[in-house]
Amino acid sequence: MCESGAPLPGAPIHMHTQHSDPPSLTDDARPRIARGFRLQWEAAQDSHVLLYPEGMVKLNPSASEILQRCDGAHTFTQIVAELEQRFDATALRADIAAFLNMAHTRHWVDWPSAPSAP
Amino acid sequence: MPKDGSSFSLDGQGKPLWLALELTYRCPLKCVWCNNPLDFETYTKHELSTEEWKKVLRESRELGSLQLGFTGGEPMMRDDLEELVGYANELGFYTNLITSGIGLSEQRLLKLKEAGLKQIQLSVQSSRGALTDELVGAKAHEIKIEVAHMIKRHGFPMVLNVPVFKQNVELVEEILALAEEIGVDYLEFANIQYYNWALLNREELLPSLEQLQAAEAAVQRARVRLGKKMTIYFVIPDYFEDRPKACMNGWGAIHLTIAPDGMALPCQESRVIKGLEFVSVRDKPLKWIWEESPLFRKYRGEEWMKEPCRTCPEKEKDFGGCRCQAFLLTGDASNTDPCCSKSPHHHVIEEALKQKDAPFRVQRPLVKRMPGVASVQFME
Repeated sequence: MCESGAPLPGAPIHMHTQHSDPPSLTDDARPRIARGFRLQWEAAQDSHVLLYPEGMVKLNPSASEILQRCDGAHTFTQIVAELEQRFDATALRADIAAFLNMAHTRHWVDWPSAPSAP
Repeated sequence: MPKDGSSFSLDGQGKPLWLALELTYRCPLKCVWCNNPLDFETYTKHELSTEEWKKVLRESRELGSLQLGFTGGEPMMRDDLEELVGYANELGFYTNLITSGIGLSEQRLLKLKEAGLKQIQLSVQSSRGALTDELVGAKAHEIKIEVAHMIKRHGFPMVLNVPVFKQNVELVEEILALAEEIGVDYLEFANIQYYNWALLNREELLPSLEQLQAAEAAVQRARVRLGKKMTIYFVIPDYFEDRPKACMNGWGAIHLTIAPDGMALPCQESRVIKGLEFVSVRDKPLKWIWEESPLFRKYRGEEWMKEPCRTCPEKEKDFGGCRCQAFLLTGDASNTDPCCSKSPHHHVIEEALKQKDAPFRVQRPLVKRMPGVASVQFME
């Protein structure tokens, strides 16, 4: 299942509904796992999982590589650079941006709007 | 269960992903819709100890449980709640507290936060103090509202959970305003389900279809007005639907409940089904109970199904509905949930809905959840 059901019937719950349109993902945006979410390695699932109120998702390897770097310290540029180095690849930027925007829409991550350039 | 290849899927794969611990059936409230057993008071002297609960947490985590709900009764009645939350958090559970708010002082809230509690589900019954207090049988309303503000102040993700029945269904708009004032980001109107105390009081609690439609319309207006400020869910009661709920995502599929006395249950209500052999975590390893015990295998999968479920194209969607409801309303837990319009017993639902509006119906007092009120000796 995509997201396991709540103990009582009802749709999966998403918190933090204030930001459903992601602010633009600038180079110096520092994505972080949203409040109330917990990212952890789950041996029983042989993967990382993201836990949140009333729900959870199993992450594929690339999603977990990206989310592990969403620590509020790495900038978007740094995340792209690290992953391109790690996978010996180039041009991952668009894919990572697409994933992060999707993750933001699902309230998994957020990033404060970067200060505007002087 | 769908076995899709989506990269963001979490199939149960036979694991009890959701663990509910009913720490105690003790509770300071006397709610007339309580889903605890009618003889709840007999469990108190058999409650698991702190160490026994910890063993349950370890064993369940090893089986792959991830989401954990501390519930009851009122879980705040257990002095070791903070210790258990801390232990569960260290084991890698996502910890949820399901509470009436009574007993949740600021000091305990801070300790729970420190222990790693992630989310609180707080029940609120109405927007009017006198009504809440009457329905729960205690001076509780003001305390609940204060607790809601306090949880917000400490930045916990919070779900305000409103059980819906005839006595509050017309107050949905007022309750929405109250939730807005508190700053709730998630509000759930959950029409109550009719087991145990709620079933005992069913005739006086069932709302009418018109009341439900008006309530849902009010929720819809609020969604438009509040936009992204608040997420509002409105769970229609299965009595008013054509198809049954996909209860627990199937028996023994992803949900595991441990009762105060250590009995492992496929759902919190399953003890109402007579003739099942329940096993305590005191007597057997949880792994055996979950994977091998006759109880958990009884209605797992589709083998047990009779007609009309057996050949129904929707059986993978709703798993035949709720086994407990099938037992309570048809006498056989392997029957189709009578809430399904395809059930040959569907008339029992239609009659229940008619009964409450029958001419010359004698109105009955609501029976409050109190020790010794209901005799279950003759229910074998």
